[in-house]
Amino acid sequence: MTTVTPAADKKSRARRAPTSRPASNGLYWPWAIPGLLTFTIVVVVAFAWNVYLSFTKWNQGLGTPKWIGLDNYIKLFQDDTFWQSFLHSVVFIVSMAVVPTGLGLIIASALFDYIAPRFGNGSSAAVRAAFFLPQIIPIAVAGLLWSWMLSSQQGIFNVTMVQWGWFPSVDQAPNWLGNAGLAMLSVNVVLIWIQIGYTVTIFMSGLARADQSVHEAAAIDGASWFQRFRMITINQLAPEISVVLLTTTVAALKVFAPVYVMTQGGPGTATNVPAYFSYFNFIQTGKVGYGAAISTVLALLLIVFAIYLLRLQTKQGENR
Amino acid sequence: MSQLLSEATFANETKQPDARELKKLSRRGQGGFNRRTGFSWGVLGFIVLAALLWIAPLYLAFVNSVKSKADYTTSGPLSLPSNITFENITAFWIKANFTEKLWNSFQISFWVAIFGVLLSFLTAYAIGIGRVKGRFFILALFMIAFTIPAEALMYPLLKMAKMVNLYDNIWSLIIIFSVLQSAFGTYLLASVLSDFPSEILEAARIDGAGSVRLLWNVVFPLTRPTLLVLMVFFFIWTWNEFLYPLVLLPSNSSQTVSLSMGLASGQYTSEPTQQAAAALVGILPTLIFFLIFQRTLLKGVTMGSVK
Repeated sequence: MTTVTPAADKKSRARRAPTSRPASNGLYWPWAIPGLLTFTIVVVVAFAWNVYLSFTKWNQGLGTPKWIGLDNYIKLFQDDTFWQSFLHSVVFIVSMAVVPTGLGLIIASALFDYIAPRFGNGSSAAVRAAFFLPQIIPIAVAGLLWSWMLSSQQGIFNVTMVQWGWFPSVDQAPNWLGNAGLAMLSVNVVLIWIQIGYTVTIFMSGLARADQSVHEAAAIDGASWFQRFRMITINQLAPEISVVLLTTTVAALKVFAPVYVMTQGGPGTATNVPAYFSYFNFIQTGKVGYGAAISTVLALLLIVFAIYLLRLQTKQGENR
Repeated sequence: MSQLLSEATFANETKQPDARELKKLSRRGQGGFNRRTGFSWGVLGFIVLAALLWIAPLYLAFVNSVKSKADYTTSGPLSLPSNITFENITAFWIKANFTEKLWNSFQISFWVAIFGVLLSFLTAYAIGIGRVKGRFFILALFMIAFTIPAEALMYPLLKMAKMVNLYDNIWSLIIIFSVLQSAFGTYLLASVLSDFPSEILEAARIDGAGSVRLLWNVVFPLTRPTLLVLMVFFFIWTWNEFLYPLVLLPSNSSQTVSLSMGLASGQYTSEPTQQAAAALVGILPTLIFFLIFQRTLLKGVTMGSVK
């Protein structure tokens, strides 16, 4: 596991001399054994096994896997459902990363330097808590809650609209989760509902950390809230924005539970995403090798994001 | 979500805005640039309306779960219940055997909080204090581990669980989640521990403390608050997990709260008030947990985003 060469390690040690003197008394690596051992089994072996499975055909996981080389991948790259699921991921990135970042910035900034100075910190804290609430609900529960509200026959939206006379009966009202065109929209609205609390909270803590005197100076010079938002807030929050965009994009690519609970990827494949598509092949249809190939591609894509995030954080650490 | 972030220390996050700043903020309300004008009341009204819209689903779940089904059909989902009934909640509770689900979820989350933090702390001790060779490689590996999708580990883990006879047993989940959570925990704690005051470590070493005594008498007591925060997070994250329970716990008696909620989604479509009751019952445990650990949880969201 240790690939760092002795020379490189010595160099880094010398550079960090004051804080990282080599441990003189006692051995330290044995403490890492339980963690590394369990990690190796649960993550490294499991992942390697999954990659191996992606080169095999293993119907229902019965008998022994049959080596078929790159066949799963060749099939995968010609599979329209696979590409469609990634296209859906792009839509999910918009509703889980882009929209919450944009709205989160506006809400956090409005709360922090418009509402709080005028109406007190209590009011802004209460509003923030309201936006944060969906974050603490298990995603499966959020899915249950929304499929209840969006249900075509008994759901709150349709029953209310009929009550208000917008539609003669629930059968004429939109089938939010059952209509191929609407289902994607509905699921994405739910995800925005969940995500805003996360971005608002991060950005508000970022603003609390940032230097307020710049804002005050600009306000004295007559800059409007919007001018300050555009020129100062966005710049001050640049580190938060990049981290939030990256982590929410990773989360968007991994979306599974909301899709499973609300639509099962349907109707048809209208809300299918790579994670669900992989699960579907593994468990529902028993095409284990194919499911493994989908999840391997998704994992590789996410590893690229992880490395990028790692570099970003290292850079931010240095700039500090 | 914050699982993906790291680097920062808890110390940074626990810093409260100082009193002077708060005073300045409250003073700003009175006059100058921050006068309350008609426009500013409008902005407040708009943002409060948005916030109310945000919690409306929870309010609706609450209102409708204590409504009778007849009431729901006649006066609709938006009205207040004409009389309060708990029959939906009790009906769902009994049908889903919810006490059992709560107990399963509690056990899994509790043990993951303990074992996950223990594993994280020991590995992070070797990395952050012991500065073992290859630590950067290990940390990068851990970070990749909590970024890859669960689907890329799920099937082999399912097969492994069957091999060791832990399929459909909550212990398979306790083991898997302890390890997965500890990948993040180690990543976070290692950076906390590498900022550990070196004077204290030096003093202890000069006094002849070996790695065992240093861990138990010096590092552990001083990191205990951080470890408790981490336990709170491991607990709630594990409670909310969906995919692994779905795959590893097929039988009704071993299911978790989260899983039973996801599966209940399609079950009561003709019973809207019972579905509301199900949602409410699913929300309550985490809501109570949130109210108890509110400060810790809000701090933790930002934990590690930016130093």
